Amino acid sequence: MNQPKLDLSPKVSDEVRKTTCYMCACRCGINVHLKSGKVAYIEGNRDHPVNKGVLCAKGSAGIMQVNAPSRLKAPLKRVGPRGSGAFEEISWDEALQIAADWLEPIRKDNPEKLAFFTGRDQSQSFTSLWAQSFGTPNYAAHGGFCSVNMAAAGIYTMGGAFWEFGQPDWDHTKLFMLFGVAEDHDSNPIKMGIGKIKARGARVVGVNPIRTGYNAVADDWVGITPGTDGLFILSLVHCLMKAGKIDLNYLAQFTNAPCLVNGDEKSSDFGLLLRDDDGKELVIDRATGKLAPFDQKGVKPDLAATHRHAGISHRTVMQHMAERYLTDEYAPETVAEKVGISAKRIRTLAGEIARVAFDEAFELDQEWTDFRGETHKTMQGRPVSFHAMRGISAHANGFQTCRALHVLQIILGSVEVPGGFRFKPPYPKPATAHPKPHCKVTPDSPLDGPHLGFTHGPDDLALKEDGTPARIDKAFSWENPMSSHGLMHMVISNAYAGDPYKIDTLFMYMANMSWNSSMNTGGVMKMLTDKTEDGEYVIPRIIYSDAYSSEMVAYADLILPDTTYLERHDCISLLDRPICEADAAADAIRWPVIEPDRDVRGFQSVLCELGAKLGLPAFTNDDGSQKYADYADYIVNHERKPGIGPLAGWRMGEKGLTNGRGGVNEGQLDSYIKNGGFFVEHIPEGANYYKPWNVDYQDWAVGMGLFDSPQPYLFSLYVEPMRRFQLAAEGHGDRQPPDHLRDRIKHAMDPLPMWYDPAPDNKSEEYPITALTQRPMAMYHSWGSQNAWLRQLHGHNPLYLPTKLMRENDLVDGDWARVTSPHGEITVPVLEMAALNENTVWTWNAIGKRKGAWALDENAPEATKGFLLNHLIHELLPPKGDGLRWANSDPITGQAAWFDLKVRIEKADPQSESQPSLPPIESPVGNDPGDLVWKVGK
Amino acid sequence: MTTLPTSTQKKLGLVIDLDTCVGCHACVISCKGWNTENYGAALSDTDAYGANPSGTFLNRVHSYEVQPAQGEAQLIHFPKSCLHCEDAPCVTVCPTGASYKRVEDGIVLVNESDCIGCGLCAWACPYGAREMDAVEKVMKKCTLCVDRIYNENLPEEDREPACVRTCPSGARHFGDFADPDSNVSKLSAERGGMNLMPEQGTKPVNKYLPPRPKDTLAVPEGDIDILAPYLEPVAQEAKGFLGWLDKTLEKI
Repeated sequence: MNQPKLDLSPKVSDEVRKTTCYMCACRCGINVHLKSGKVAYIEGNRDHPVNKGVLCAKGSAGIMQVNAPSRLKAPLKRVGPRGSGAFEEISWDEALQIAADWLEPIRKDNPEKLAFFTGRDQSQSFTSLWAQSFGTPNYAAHGGFCSVNMAAAGIYTMGGAFWEFGQPDWDHTKLFMLFGVAEDHDSNPIKMGIGKIKARGARVVGVNPIRTGYNAVADDWVGITPGTDGLFILSLVHCLMKAGKIDLNYLAQFTNAPCLVNGDEKSSDFGLLLRDDDGKELVIDRATGKLAPFDQKGVKPDLAATHRHAGISHRTVMQHMAERYLTDEYAPETVAEKVGISAKRIRTLAGEIARVAFDEAFELDQEWTDFRGETHKTMQGRPVSFHAMRGISAHANGFQTCRALHVLQIILGSVEVPGGFRFKPPYPKPATAHPKPHCKVTPDSPLDGPHLGFTHGPDDLALKEDGTPARIDKAFSWENPMSSHGLMHMVISNAYAGDPYKIDTLFMYMANMSWNSSMNTGGVMKMLTDKTEDGEYVIPRIIYSDAYSSEMVAYADLILPDTTYLERHDCISLLDRPICEADAAADAIRWPVIEPDRDVRGFQSVLCELGAKLGLPAFTNDDGSQKYADYADYIVNHERKPGIGPLAGWRMGEKGLTNGRGGVNEGQLDSYIKNGGFFVEHIPEGANYYKPWNVDYQDWAVGMGLFDSPQPYLFSLYVEPMRRFQLAAEGHGDRQPPDHLRDRIKHAMDPLPMWYDPAPDNKSEEYPITALTQRPMAMYHSWGSQNAWLRQLHGHNPLYLPTKLMRENDLVDGDWARVTSPHGEITVPVLEMAALNENTVWTWNAIGKRKGAWALDENAPEATKGFLLNHLIHELLPPKGDGLRWANSDPITGQAAWFDLKVRIEKADPQSESQPSLPPIESPVGNDPGDLVWKVGK
Repeated sequence: MTTLPTSTQKKLGLVIDLDTCVGCHACVISCKGWNTENYGAALSDTDAYGANPSGTFLNRVHSYEVQPAQGEAQLIHFPKSCLHCEDAPCVTVCPTGASYKRVEDGIVLVNESDCIGCGLCAWACPYGAREMDAVEKVMKKCTLCVDRIYNENLPEEDREPACVRTCPSGARHFGDFADPDSNVSKLSAERGGMNLMPEQGTKPVNKYLPPRPKDTLAVPEGDIDILAPYLEPVAQEAKGFLGWLDKTLEKI
């Protein structure tokens, strides 16, 4: 044979620089290969705790994000009307002066006139410090429309949540059940985990109206009716309790199931837990039959006890649960039709859960000691694990649904045990160990504490003296008392309405509010461009920072152009949302592996400079000079408290370098870079399960600086803070809700999970079909579909209809349909999909683009065929006829309920473009540079 | 016409597990990245930001819905790249000898300097696994990362195709099918590895592992539910439940 001679060992690159991906929220480690100083190839970092070498499509396509023509090039000042996209480039000096001139008087007179909201920010512990130092109560990131229900329900119930904050015990689990999981958080670890357990023959059950992605490879698919997950889960709870397939040991020792609930209907403590003088929850000790604090050494808490005192019976949480969940209200036969799953299938699933949890239970030969001082010879395993995401949380009943799922996990004894679901540091961390919200505004001074946190009763609400909401988004108000992440999605509409008050400047970062990051997109565009009678914009000033020419750019007055993720410093911090694993604490950095070729600056570095210019205490030295030269300087030198900084690795101890607690080390970033951009500290063997109660873990966590003292706690099947809000609604206490909210608070704030149907409020009688979105695995947020490689995978987004609806409406693939909700109408192309709940339609999220944005050609399919469901969703529910308008959100947390969207569908005439088709915006970076051949090597 | 070797020393190829492929396209883009920068001409993208973006990819993932006679519809993700066939029709059809199958490992390659861009090979391939680059006008195809798998500039553990190294769910495996004890031979034997379109007689080296049976927990109406005993009630209502609780706690 005459074969050509090949060079089988070509040089791969000049240099490999290791940093952290930012193509989604997964935060994988990446090896960036450079040739002649340019990015030649990106692959996963094998040593990295998150992705262990693998990398998704987004990660590998980062190279096209860094060369994207949509990158902003310089600071911009608006010269045309808002929304036109007409800007002129200005210098950074001018940009910072404009910002300072706007913000200085606000801070001096009334800091609340600044609303500072950061979208897909991964530096929230930094941006919140800036806002706190400025003194405005109006700060949050995007959790309120993303998944606060999941985070808050998890933390209030068990001191930790799903999302990327915990993971199944992939090495031991035998049944993995996922609910409504999107693929944009912890995505590579979940893919790796699913691959791993399937290779072992473990069963994966996917509960989701749509059978794509993880649900497509699931061994069993449960195509549930959207919004009914809570009812389905409580039916599983019913079956398991009725069959006694619950872990009584676990419930008695580690949860508040044996805690006694005050049964005195006349007391202002009715429904609260009985406590001793030290505030400790009381149980009845089975050994003595007497009251004892839950954590007393040797106590055997009695799940079935009743404490009789002064003619009143105080019963355990377990008894209250039995009373609620054993009724036929939750029987499979009762719920089957509503949830769209046959009673037989519900029983089969409950039976399989019971079989695996108890028949396949195992023990790890590992001794450990609990917080009561009792030593256990082994670790009991329960190989059933769960994971859930936005699909169950973005509903008006999402908080209670997430709570229901945690209750299911807990009665099985499958949290923080071998084979179950495990927390990642800094979790477990009970709600009581988190800050409470702060909102006290003092002119020319910082806020009185951190903005966001966890409320434990009416006293913790963020209200002004007159009882009105202290925050522009009305977070922590009676409308949504436990809104731990704020409500970014309400900021613009509230600011526009001047309710609860007017603001002066809206300052946003990485939040595409005039497009895919808002409900009621068209309405938001109007609010941003509307003027008062005297010709001023209703929202007077808007500052926006983004790396790309997104739709939101056109709606701002001043643009601060950010860098791409390979051109910047970042820290993925234990103070924030770190990259930990269940077996290790870990954090990471980004560092400029390439230098920007444009006049752009990392947003956080800009805040360091702007903060100093404004004289913010946290960003200014005593002599008035700038405290942190840039974000890197902050990362290394900032200390939240002595010995605790943004990064836990390579701190300076008394005898040299140390981890966790330690002083500032000027060489810290170099150490991170040398180590591949991350730091890992493993949890010792024996401390890595049963963490909330395991003294070895608690001591390790204190040593690492995660807590200042051990924080053992009980899981809250019964969430007492919710009962405190109910008591207020019943008339107890000084802080009283407005009368129109009393009934809703009494109902929604049930301390034991229940289910209510959000469909009728969304007019499901007239609009019987649920419309959902999900992100493709190859894209994240709106920035994905400008990526030259990724947009070839998902260039436009048809509306997928189940076979039944295709037939009913005489539709075939490629036809167009008019989709109408109580709020609006869109006309879009349709495609049939059989593996779909028969009353559900869906599309890919955030692919549709506004013409002129993202440097795409105006005829790009994203702009002509692509579309947003957001046009159909309003931030308020349709009028109910009671004269009030109720928010389209969860009444507990304020989470945007965008998965409650109900629509009607009818066949439409063929269209040349999806409707509504909005006029193009002017692009500040030009459009469509043509063909692309990106080879940087020779 | 170009001749195929009568045999090859190794039969390098992929096992692709359709049971675990979640359809994430990680392999597609990793392949695009590596092969843009490496073997031969870059993989171009025409109209990259325009109305009709079209690029060269050596590996694509297709998704197919399957409606079984009984039960729920299923979605199968199907990654497809060159299968490095033993009887590769794309090689024999090549008029210049540019397409060839390597004697040492069986990898099918295009020698781009001899390729005249006639496209016959793409027509001959029954799998649609070759793509003509619109800018370079040469035929591009999977090289099985021939410039990675022997590359001494890479750490040994990285000497595998980019798509295999990156696959998050572990659905892609690389090895030598000529060795019955190799990882891929064993995996294929255990899981019933299949040839794609065997009737074409191309003898593909790559093997696909079929999806395992799905929805086995869905018991057909009338059948006996073997899980029913696990839900045998201990009580019918709260009071009875407490009695059971008390009794059971005594035993603990």
